Amino acid sequence: MSANAGPLDPAAPLEPPVPTNKPVKTTGLHVGEAEPGCAKVDPILIVDNVRRTFGGLTAVDVAHVEVPRGAITALIGPNGAGKTTLFNLLTGFDKPDDGKWTFDGRSLAGVPAYRVARMGQIRTFQLTKALGLLTVMDNMLLGAKGQTGENIFRALMPFLWRNQEEENRAKALDLLTRFKLDTKKDDYAASLSGGQRKLLEMARALMSDPTLVMLDEPMAGVNPALTQSLLDHILNLKSQGMTVLFVEHDMHMVRHIADWVIVMAEGKVVAEGDPHEVMKNPAVIDAYLGQHHDEDIGEDLGTETEHVSAIKELLDDER
Amino acid sequence: MDWGAIFNNAAVELISPTTAAYALAALGLAVHFGYTGLLNFGQAGFMALGAYGYAISILTFGFPVWGAFLVGVGASVLFALILGIPTLRLRADYLAIVTIAAAEIVRLLFTTNTFASVTGSANGLSGYKNEFAALNPLADGTYGFGPFTNNAYDTWLRIVAWSIVIVAALLIWQIMRSPWGRVIKGIREDEDAVRALGKNVYAYKMQSLILGGVLGTIAGMIFALPRAVVPSNYQTTLTFFIYAILLLGGAATVLGPIIGSMLFWVLLSFFSGFVARAVEAGWLPFMSAIQGGQLRFILVGVAIMLIVIFRPQGIFGNKKELAFVR
Repeated sequence: MSANAGPLDPAAPLEPPVPTNKPVKTTGLHVGEAEPGCAKVDPILIVDNVRRTFGGLTAVDVAHVEVPRGAITALIGPNGAGKTTLFNLLTGFDKPDDGKWTFDGRSLAGVPAYRVARMGQIRTFQLTKALGLLTVMDNMLLGAKGQTGENIFRALMPFLWRNQEEENRAKALDLLTRFKLDTKKDDYAASLSGGQRKLLEMARALMSDPTLVMLDEPMAGVNPALTQSLLDHILNLKSQGMTVLFVEHDMHMVRHIADWVIVMAEGKVVAEGDPHEVMKNPAVIDAYLGQHHDEDIGEDLGTETEHVSAIKELLDDER
Repeated sequence: MDWGAIFNNAAVELISPTTAAYALAALGLAVHFGYTGLLNFGQAGFMALGAYGYAISILTFGFPVWGAFLVGVGASVLFALILGIPTLRLRADYLAIVTIAAAEIVRLLFTTNTFASVTGSANGLSGYKNEFAALNPLADGTYGFGPFTNNAYDTWLRIVAWSIVIVAALLIWQIMRSPWGRVIKGIREDEDAVRALGKNVYAYKMQSLILGGVLGTIAGMIFALPRAVVPSNYQTTLTFFIYAILLLGGAATVLGPIIGSMLFWVLLSFFSGFVARAVEAGWLPFMSAIQGGQLRFILVGVAIMLIVIFRPQGIFGNKKELAFVR
């Protein structure tokens, strides 16, 4: 959690952190060399031998990976690397062929998705799942944990849950104000723009006070004007003590906010490390570009051979 | 042409126990389909369980009215569990297939000769009304006015039937504006989103299936009290009539099923009275009296199509919230 550079920090920032635009990076997260599967000082999520196959395709085959607590970790990799599949497995939305993983010391293997969420590991989706036919406020209230009125019998007795409902409403309004959605609170979520839905989904996830927030491509389909605000919100999660794990394709964003980067390719973790160092790792460049080595992997992802991209698309469809 | 009789007969349907029974069954379906998004095509099965559960408990086992009521409700809870356990984890359409088949299985079990001593087979059951009539606090005589004039038993039945409908409507209204209802409406739209927020979607869907099914079962009992229990009453068409009522009134509303049922029965009675007399008077020379009797059901089909096309949210529905299912 601390922002001081540890003795093993591979790349301390050269320039002093500028408060507004330059986020404060958390360093000293790992133990030993920054290599795939390296141990972390304080891991929140530990994954062991998780494997998921779709027919003959091995979508995910992760031997060992740890996600550091209190930091922002990016999960990157080319299309079809198995990032979203791994997300689904870790959150109970999909079942692995075998393997085990623990969250905060508790085993999650075989735990259904709703119970994973209740433990404090909340996820969002690549294709935003704002509930369009509920109002923005109802969307938010749905996110609150441990509601008395969600029991079918107690629901009939409003005096049992009215106070709790008011508290949740105040909390939701507070979050909506932070996400600049408070003026929309009585509108149907269907009337929001794509970016606003992403914001709503993130705000809704925060209603349950999660310890680990897993964001699946938070920037996909968001217009550039909203990007900065979304980035700030993600950074805020960290400053409030939450751990963030996110999947992203935008390398500039990854470099900007991530404290740690895990790179997947063809279902395996191929590299890990500080965002600036990891981009120089030959394994990462290979994973993205095959033989066509190119220095700036932030821009040119479209150079896969047809054969490779076809296979990867197939994998994408499978998930 | 006797217009007075046509209107009179139509008005009688406004508060008839049958109208109340259909309203209650449609309210159950509103919980399933309108609020939760469960495609239950077996509401007739739930109603049959109510009617037979009540009649068999009284005739075969000599239960009191409340005991017979509980047997019917218990049977429908069991039925909902049997339907729900294997199918609620699957996609919505599977529930539709399973419920339509299960309702038919229930009906055929009541029809088969094997259990004739208990179920009365195709002839059904009758003679179970005395226990309910014995509870009647009203003195003999006629009550009401105009087309709503009834004897003591029928008045008593109407009071009980509509009281149940009103209580059920208030119950559903309250529960749907509670946090429970919020989760249910979330499930209607996207199960995974609700699951990701830590709600046990499977349990909620099961609760909804049971709640709506129990309403259907009580409706079956009310439906049985003014007539005999005959298995052919509980065919799939019964479910479709209830769907017609639900869509007419508005799927995700509380008032919709009730007003929808009143409108449905008044109009149906009006049309059948009108067509029958029009055939008699020779206005429709291409039609026999029997064909005239069937015409009203064709009109029901046309009405359903028109509603779905031109007013998918029904009379009371909110178009923004619910255009048909999504």
